[in-house]
Parts: sequence; structure tokens; C-alpha cells
Amino acid sequence: MSRGSSRTIRVEVLTRVEGEGALTVRLKGDAVVDVQFRIVEPPRFFEALLRGRAFGEAPDITSRICGICPVAYQMSAVHAVEDALGVTVDGPLRALRRLLYCGEWIESHALHVTLLHAPDFLGYESGIAMAKDHPGAVTRGLQLKQAGNELLRVLGGREIHPVNVRVGGFYRVPARGELAAIEERLKRALDQALAVVRWVSDFHFPDFERDYEFVALRHPTEYPILGDRLVSSRGLDIAVRDYEAHFAEEHVERSSALHSVLSGRGAYAVGPLARYSLNFDRLAPVAQQAAREAGLGPVCLNPFRSIVVRAVETVQAVDEALRIIAAYEPPDAPAVSVVPCAGTGCGCSEAPRGILYHRYRLAGDGTILEAKIVPPTSQNQKTIEEDLWRFVEPRVHLGEQELTWQCEQAIRNYDPCISCATHFLKLSVERG
Amino acid sequence: MGARRRLKLAVWKFASCDGCQLSLLDCEDELLALAGALEIAHFPEASRAVAKGPYDLSLVEGSITTPHDAERIHQVRRASKVLVTIGACATSGGIQALRNFADVGEWIPLVYATPDFIHTLKTSTPIANHVPVDFELHGCPVDKRQLLEVILATLNGRRPVLAAHSVCFECKRRGTVCVLVADGTPCLGPVTRTGCGAICPAYRRGCYGCFGPLKNPNTAALGERLRILGQSDADLVRAFRGINAGAEAFRRESESHEPR
Repeated sequence: MSRGSSRTIRVEVLTRVEGEGALTVRLKGDAVVDVQFRIVEPPRFFEALLRGRAFGEAPDITSRICGICPVAYQMSAVHAVEDALGVTVDGPLRALRRLLYCGEWIESHALHVTLLHAPDFLGYESGIAMAKDHPGAVTRGLQLKQAGNELLRVLGGREIHPVNVRVGGFYRVPARGELAAIEERLKRALDQALAVVRWVSDFHFPDFERDYEFVALRHPTEYPILGDRLVSSRGLDIAVRDYEAHFAEEHVERSSALHSVLSGRGAYAVGPLARYSLNFDRLAPVAQQAAREAGLGPVCLNPFRSIVVRAVETVQAVDEALRIIAAYEPPDAPAVSVVPCAGTGCGCSEAPRGILYHRYRLAGDGTILEAKIVPPTSQNQKTIEEDLWRFVEPRVHLGEQELTWQCEQAIRNYDPCISCATHFLKLSVERG
Repeated sequence: MGARRRLKLAVWKFASCDGCQLSLLDCEDELLALAGALEIAHFPEASRAVAKGPYDLSLVEGSITTPHDAERIHQVRRASKVLVTIGACATSGGIQALRNFADVGEWIPLVYATPDFIHTLKTSTPIANHVPVDFELHGCPVDKRQLLEVILATLNGRRPVLAAHSVCFECKRRGTVCVLVADGTPCLGPVTRTGCGAICPAYRRGCYGCFGPLKNPNTAALGERLRILGQSDADLVRAFRGINAGAEAFRRESESHEPR
């Protein structure tokens, strides 16, 4: 290409992602001059519509932000409300919450790995098209996804927007026999999850690494799903309730959305790569071994390998689910009692795509006065754009179609959940 | 072999959470067979490949909340032989229809707190308010068995056959003990259409109406019953003003409990 000539790579509708986004990369000669990963999803005003609702409605209302990770919303919501009310949910109730969350990780990761992301590596337009040549791999992915959905159905009542989660615990807890009935299915799922790790570890990964600041929850003993401490790969170690003192939203002129940044430090990454790299020592032995056999070290800096990390996390979630079921003794009551009082509380949990932060301020009767929600994709948005700045430049010689596809793949590395990220749109209300 | 032309399926998203279209991908046992029986021509969440219209069946998820989408839905209608709306957002405006009840006075501080960029309408409205709809599938999310019935019916050129009775009736069929009568738990089951399988009462909680009102519901009688159980006017407003706040029967009932 002659020096100085301009070229634009444009993807009007990003596919195989949740929600509607668009990408524009502008090149001048061999240099990238602009990258915009835009969110074109209409805003839905969740923080506004939560005002005036009862505290007990927060999990069911916020789950409607995302049909792919509703449990993450329910969990961050109940933890934030419980924090405001001074309630702690522990023992078998907490274990059941982790179990439900494992179901969502399995379902969401299996969907992304096999149906949404693998087609990029093998050169297919979709998982369905891929099924013609790789029927076994697609069927295995669907069965694994179904195992996750089965956990969600038994424990939550249904797969999407489960109905059983409440502030204080659950509406009804399962009998031992109900969980034992899905044990066999999960044992098969463990073998399938291990096979998926082997399958994806043979893919070809672009040579691309970056020195990210990773941010994830950290728990004294568990691989993080629920927790109250946040750590980063550059030494951050804070309580969840100090989140807003360290993280800020930054208005970027060229972009239609606000970006989350670590105050004074800039972009950071959340999600499987961050969780894994900060918590390798917390993985179960079976997941650690699968990771090593797949060629992963304890830290992974190549976002294209996130597909392998997701597969490893699927092994972790299935194994964890089996351990929770084996140790399960039904609690005396399905929920701890909760009395409304005035207060402010924060909650954070590890959605499949990374940390999801909620804060609520409640009135004395439990009415929500104020809500704040920071979903993972808006936290990754700046990092996704930075990836593209660095990824595209050495590849400008590629043809239009190939470069466009690789850019899409670079975005899909983050499994972006764009419906969630719409909180961060600037907006104006048109009257009339 | 006189192979029939495969029907072209399109999936469209407006303001929504993606859950209803995810229900299609949640048909793990049927997905590959479905993909063989019809051509998935436009389904961005699942495929990069996009085929041009017209489409034999369009599934539309989400509500209309922006001027742009109010235009776009007409394009979708023009490109679709059969248009089916899926889910509470598309059939009643969804949870985001709570904005329809907000005072402009309440909105202003929220609006001015953020710079102007995206244009949004004051209301969130169902698809049928904008274009003719051939069939409405309710639920938040839709039930995947019902979704499959709609697709199969279209494939075979017939109307979908779906039950129209109440959640209440479904509990009796399942043998679930009534949470309202036995536990005194507020429940919208008597006025909510079936489709979910009456899940909430089976988990010992009251129905919260995510499939919307059934035809001719007696919401006033239920409101009175809930009041006897100790629900305040504010509780009743919230109960009917939830996932299907924009559905006519629930909207009217919620408004009847507002302070005058």
C-alpha cells in the first residue's frame, strides 16, 4: 500500500456476540489512526428504573439486563443488598449459590467456546456451519452447554432468568436426591469438558501478547466466583466496597461510551484471562493439569488463547459443581431472615465475562433510592480497543476480508456482552 | 427428489436482553435438526453469514425505544412474510417500559447527568404498536417448547397451538399446593397466562407475571385479595408494574392503585 493512502475497516453489525455492536478501524498508510468499538444497543435505563422498587426485586429486575448471564446479575444484586442490610449468607446456602453460578459458567462458556469462538479458528461462519465437518465437536459442545442448563433448571427453575434466587438465599432448596440426579450427567460433562480443552489447545493462535493489568476477585481458598476482595496483577488489593474509590468511568471524546479505568493507571482487563492469571493456584488439580497439558502457564497474556482458558474454567466449574453436590446437606431454612433498614451496600461477582459490580442505597423500608451497576464488558471496552490498535498494525498487508475477520475475532476474544454494556451510553431523551 | 425450498429464518433484536433469542440456541437437542430444516438466513448472534431477504419467518425480540428502531422495524416487516414477536419486550415493551410511567420531572436530572449522543424515545413500546404482527409469543423469557411450536407451525403453514389458560390452572394440573391460599404469598398466577409451566409456585414463590396477562383477567379481584393479605397500594402498583408493565390489563390495574 502506498504511504499515506487511507483505508477503513468497518463492521456494521458484529456477529457471534451478545447484543449489537460495531467496529471501525481507520488506517493511514501502514498506521492505525483510529479504533472505535461502538455499542449500538439502545439504552434501557436500569439504574433509573430500579429507583423506587423494593430491595427484594433487585435480583429479578437486574437479571433482565442480560439473558446470557442472568445469574451473575442476581448474585451481584443479592450480595449488594445483603451488604446494605448487614446480612451474611453462608454454609450450604452459599454453596448452592456457587453451584447455580457454576451452571451459568458451564452454559455460557460452552456456548462461547464451541458455537461462537471456535468457528473463527477453524474458518467457519457459524457453529452450525462448522457442524457439517465437525459434528462430534459441536454435539459435544451442545451437550456440555445442556449440562450447565440442567443445573440452572434444577436449582433455578429455568435456564434463562431463573426464579429461585432471593435476598437471603433461595425460595426453595433442593433435596439431596434432586442434586444426585444430575451427578451422572455432570460426570459425563467433566470428560467432555476435558476433551474440549484438548480440542481447542490444538488451534492456531496469532502471536500476540500484551502486558495487561488484570483485575479479578480473590478468595482465600476458592477459585473466584463470589468474594469480597479484588486484586490486580500490579498490586491492587482492595475490599469490594472500595471499588469506586479506585475505578472510574472516563469519557472518551471519540467514543460513544464511557470507559472504565483504574484511576491514574488506565485500562485494565477482566474475565477468564484475568481470573485465571490471578488465581491459577486456586484451580482444582484436574483443571490445573488440563491447563498444563494444553500448554498454558500459570499466566496467560495472549487474548486469543482465552478460548483455552474458558475451556479450562469449564472443567473447573464442572468439577466444583460435583464437589458441591457430593458435600451437600440441605440447610434448615431456604433463606436467612432479612429485615429492611436504611443503608448502602456493594456486591461483586465473577460473571463469565468478568467482574460485575452492583451498589444500592436503600431507604428504611427497603426501597431502592439509588443503584449503580458496572458490567464486565464496559470494563473491557478500553482494553478491547487497545488490543485492536496493536493487533492491526503488523497485519495491514492482509486483504480486507481477512483483516476484518481477524479484527472480529480479536473482539470475540472477550466474549463481549453488549446488552450489558449499554449502561454506559451517553444519551438524550427525545421529547414529543 | 423433489426437495422443498428451505424456509428462510431471520432473528432480529431491538431493546432487549438477548434471552429470548438465546432460547433458540438453548434448544440443544433440536438445533442441528432445525438448521437442516430451515435456512438460518439472518441471526447475527449465531452466525457471520447474512443472507438477503425476503425472509419466510422473522422472530423479533425487543421493544421500540429509539427513533432509529421505530424506522428499522418497518424495514423488518417489509422483508418478512411471517413476523412473530418473541418475549415480553417485543409483546408489551418489557421491563424498560417502566419509563412510560416516569414523570418528565424525574427524568430530567438523569438525562442532564449524561451528555447527548444517542437518541431515545420517552416510551418503550411493543412491536405491534408499530407494524402488523402475525403472532405474539409471550414470556420473559419465552418458553423454548413454545418457541419450537411456533417455528414448526410456520414450517407447516399452520397457526401455532398454544395453551391460553392461567398459571393458576397450570398449578392445579401440576399438583402444586397454592402458595396464595396455603402460605398467604402474593401471586399473580390467577391473572397471568401460562407458558412457563407454573415454575414460581413450584419453587414456593408467587408468580410475578413474566408471561403477561391472560385474556380478560380479573385483576381487580386479585388486587382486592392481595390487599386482604396485607399488600399496600405501593406494593400493588409494583406487583402489576413489573416485567409486563406495558401490557394493557396490568397497566390499568397498577394505575388504579396509584395515589390520586
